[in-house]
Amino acid sequence: MVQDRSLGRKLFQLFNYTVLILTSLLCVLPFVNLLAVSFSSSAAVSAGDVVFWPVGFNTKAYEFALEGGEFFRSMWVSFQRVVLGTLVNLALMVLAAYPLSKTKEKVMGRGIYMGFFVVTMLFNGGLIPTYLIVVKTGLIDSIWSLILPGALPVFSMIILMNFIRGLPEEIEESATIDGAGPMQILVRILLPLLKPALATVGLFSIVGHWNSWFDGIIYMNNTSNYPLQSYLQTLLLSFEQIMQRSGNDYTQLLAMMNVRTGRAAQMFLGALPILAIYPFLQKYFTTGLVLGSVKG
Amino acid sequence: MIKKLKQQRAFHLMLIPSVILVFIFSYMPFYGMIIAFQDYNPGLGFGSPWVGMENFEHVFRQPNFVRTIWNTLYMSVFKLIGGIVVPVAFALLLNEVVRAALKRTFQTLVYIPNFLSWVIMAGIMIDILGSDGIVNSFLGLLGMKPVSFLGNPAVFPWTMIVTDVWKGFGFGTVVYLAALTSIDPGLYEAALIDGAKRWKQTIYITLPLLAPTIILMTVLSLGNILNAGFDQIFNLYSPVVYETGDIIDTYVYRLGIQQAQYSVGAAVGFFKSIISCILVVVSYVLAYRVAGYRIF
Repeated sequence: MVQDRSLGRKLFQLFNYTVLILTSLLCVLPFVNLLAVSFSSSAAVSAGDVVFWPVGFNTKAYEFALEGGEFFRSMWVSFQRVVLGTLVNLALMVLAAYPLSKTKEKVMGRGIYMGFFVVTMLFNGGLIPTYLIVVKTGLIDSIWSLILPGALPVFSMIILMNFIRGLPEEIEESATIDGAGPMQILVRILLPLLKPALATVGLFSIVGHWNSWFDGIIYMNNTSNYPLQSYLQTLLLSFEQIMQRSGNDYTQLLAMMNVRTGRAAQMFLGALPILAIYPFLQKYFTTGLVLGSVKG
Repeated sequence: MIKKLKQQRAFHLMLIPSVILVFIFSYMPFYGMIIAFQDYNPGLGFGSPWVGMENFEHVFRQPNFVRTIWNTLYMSVFKLIGGIVVPVAFALLLNEVVRAALKRTFQTLVYIPNFLSWVIMAGIMIDILGSDGIVNSFLGLLGMKPVSFLGNPAVFPWTMIVTDVWKGFGFGTVVYLAALTSIDPGLYEAALIDGAKRWKQTIYITLPLLAPTIILMTVLSLGNILNAGFDQIFNLYSPVVYETGDIIDTYVYRLGIQQAQYSVGAAVGFFKSIISCILVVVSYVLAYRVAGYRIF
């Protein structure tokens, strides 16, 4: 294309870059401020001296987070939840996506199955009935209450299904001629081919499970079963009480950290795993958008 | 027919685990909605005595109920508008950036907040929007009085709208940018030969070609209009701002789970589900008519 070098164009570019840079900074600076606050002294934070660099650098807020035990315990719950939940999600998605990728001649009632699943993507019974059903299943206070209610992520399953449909049919046909059954074809032949799509939907599940907090709060009566995000949620309201109950000399503790530095440290630690895998997230979430837009 | 089913047995077996789990955790709650017409008693479960429309009459008489509907619609509508205008504008500006690496950097930065939970975001918001937070320090530099972003009922809804758009616009930007890059560059070259400058090209080529995506995204979010953002508001509101900040979902939570008025909570949820159901159906019909979009 012909390069436009007029004055108007240059002015526009100046304006454009200013807007883009300011907006991008707006998305990043809150995190920088959070990080700076978490490493600053309580006095500097209370005085409003901390902007994007720690003032009175110390790591007390992080020591406090890690010494209490609750942070690690809830992180361990979250870790179990992410691993188990993602495995369950992937298993069910693959097992459902493969038959549903077939035509209705090959799998009787395909349309009915499909409708059955898609309805749940559009409608739900609402908070109270769902809560009461989970109570009835006896899963309260068990990690399965965080995994089984969303065991089949329908949107991701549709992405996988569309991906399978995009594979050349000959692969399956030749395996069938060699006498392989559907399960063998799925495990031996399709799974290796599905890797890129599985990475995408697997990341959807990982992020979803890591970030969920509300189910932990309503399905866990005992707060020691809380996953990390549910535990962090309790910090929003009651960090002061947690500091008072921590067994430290309260006035001494307050001299080193306060609610703001302490909370900032734990929020940052909670965000860290997501920030660490962010490069993958960005790559695969964008692929997911493209895969998802392939119409079945 | 039986022979056919036998051949297909493996496929149906693969679907069984998903069908069972979805039935229990998504379809049983539909059945559980009947408690909206009962006086739910945990001992009797779904066999509790029927009370007809009593729960609904009780709810509709509450002055808070109308307030929550108004708040829900108010915040939702402005979030929806902001959630379209901002990413479209940002994508258009980003599309003018010639260097690919720079374009990707901006996109990467604005997409980050999208991946963090509202718990962590709320932790950040409470910190930066507080009376001694960085935003008020900045306003102080400009000679403005501190604003109580989360404690002033007149400001609270706008804090919610702006922060929601802020968290989510990176995703929209990715969607719209994908649509923009798929526009045939030949069209711009032809327009240039006809003497159309950048501004005219944007008005007469880019926007019309972007319109189907914009319409699709708008129509699809219409079905969500009664979801004003539970995760966000639950973590940021407080009794001082109930007047303007309480939405249907937070109201249902307080009524149904916190106060254990299961039937009344379920009645509000039922009312919401009916309206949402109509909206979802209408929006999908519209999406199909206007943009030829089908979910499956």
